[in-house]
Amino acid sequence: MKLITAIIKPFKMDDVREALSEIGVAGVTATEVKGFGRQKGHTELYRGAEYVVDFLPKVKLEIAVADNVVDKAVETIVKAANTGKIGDGKIFVSNLEQVIRIRTGETGEEAI
Amino acid sequence: MIRINKHFMTLLFAASFFIPKMVFASELNQANTAWVLTSTALVLFMTIPGLSLFYGGLVRSKNVLSVLMQCFAITCVVSILWLAGGYSLIFSDGGIWQDWIGGTSKAFLPHINTTDLIGDIPETVYFMFQMTFAIITPALIVGGFAERMKFSSMLWFSSLWLIFVYLPICHWIWGGGWLAKLGVMDFAGGIVIHVNAGVAALVSALVLGKRKGFPHVAMPPHNMTMVVTGAGMLWVGWFGFNGGSALTSDGHAGMAILVTHIGAATGSLTWMIIEWYRFGKPSMLGIVTGMVAGLGTITPASGFVGPLGGFIIGLVAGVVCFYATQIIKRKFKIDDSLDVFPVHGVGGVIGSLLTAVFAATEFGGLGLSQGVSISQQMGIQAIAILATVIWSGTFSYLILKLIDNFIGLRVTSDEEVQGLDIALHEETGYHSL
Repeated sequence: MKLITAIIKPFKMDDVREALSEIGVAGVTATEVKGFGRQKGHTELYRGAEYVVDFLPKVKLEIAVADNVVDKAVETIVKAANTGKIGDGKIFVSNLEQVIRIRTGETGEEAI
Repeated sequence: MIRINKHFMTLLFAASFFIPKMVFASELNQANTAWVLTSTALVLFMTIPGLSLFYGGLVRSKNVLSVLMQCFAITCVVSILWLAGGYSLIFSDGGIWQDWIGGTSKAFLPHINTTDLIGDIPETVYFMFQMTFAIITPALIVGGFAERMKFSSMLWFSSLWLIFVYLPICHWIWGGGWLAKLGVMDFAGGIVIHVNAGVAALVSALVLGKRKGFPHVAMPPHNMTMVVTGAGMLWVGWFGFNGGSALTSDGHAGMAILVTHIGAATGSLTWMIIEWYRFGKPSMLGIVTGMVAGLGTITPASGFVGPLGGFIIGLVAGVVCFYATQIIKRKFKIDDSLDVFPVHGVGGVIGSLLTAVFAATEFGGLGLSQGVSISQQMGIQAIAILATVIWSGTFSYLILKLIDNFIGLRVTSDEEVQGLDIALHEETGYHSL
């Protein structure tokens, strides 16, 4: 099992969710986060006082998937979240040791 | 309504028997009374919640409640002080001291009756209407020391400032004091309120010092939606502020509202255009700041000038207050946190001076006093402004130093970092989870 962590542009969240539903990925956790990468920040001006805003708002999606689904899921996210402009975000894939469904106590891929 | 009128007439008739020498200035005018009652509510609405929301949105989220709390507590404290003698020291006769301060005969309104009149409106209404102006003035100063003053010190400062600064200056101009005798024109408080509060805010900012991190750390408004909501309430409330100051429900009030509105709209657009031109984008904060500048500047002139005066005063307000803000903040690096001095203080000064020009009939105004030229009136306005700047500046400084000596003015550095909401009030404006 793998845990996919995708940092994407906030307005791409619905596109990604829909695309994932189409390939049968049904569970996603979304968090509003802030961060920066190559896009860097931008400036804001209040009554002439200029502030550099380093951290830009992004959405972090966490998706647990079975090993045989991971490539398809990553490909789907990349396609749906891509605008071709700087700041589209990143995807991290990591090993997932265990998954437990709280209601039934099921474990492993059964619980995804 | 007819019954009330009859009842009132009976009272008047009966009273004339018992107090044969009493002279009634005039009869109760119900239309005027209704309008001043409405205006009273509008002006109170400017402070709570108008100014509170405007200021609350401008500070950082960790201090939002502290600012709301300051405005609210000032409203309560000033109301009590107003009853306890504030009103009396401005509007009752001061005898031999009349040039400087009123008397104490109306402290706690000992003999007030529902039938007592000031002009042709009940004294109760006049008392309340004037009180709402006394409330908003110290509340405006909050912007100068926001995000770093102790709550207890703020209460002491606002109370002492009301007594030693607001009461005498208001008496000089509106209570028949020396500036009134000189012929100063301040329709709704350009000098009494805006110059006065602006100077006090600047002095507060200097005495308290900068907020930790200013001007290097970003301190953007935490909630612009709140700022714009408050600004809208201020604009609407200002109809009562300037329109109500006519104390009549007629064309005078109508003209005051007309020029007020034009001044606000012109100030807003001017600020927006300058910002657009200089920084590339028109901002929401810019347009509402221009609105406040336009409104503050038209205030002293509102009952004396015509529509053309309103337009030009709004235009000048937008330009001058914009550059004043840049100079105070960028050049002098003074942390007048919410820009009270450059917007209200500077706006009040230019509005009060321009009143002399645009009140003249040749500039579309309603006319200066007979035999007074524009330059003579301008001189009187300048004297009143200068007197207010000196008095307000000196006493604000002395009061702050006195409080600093006894209980200190600022919160500790740790408390400032943590935010005043938690540190002083043990609550937070926003909760997540």
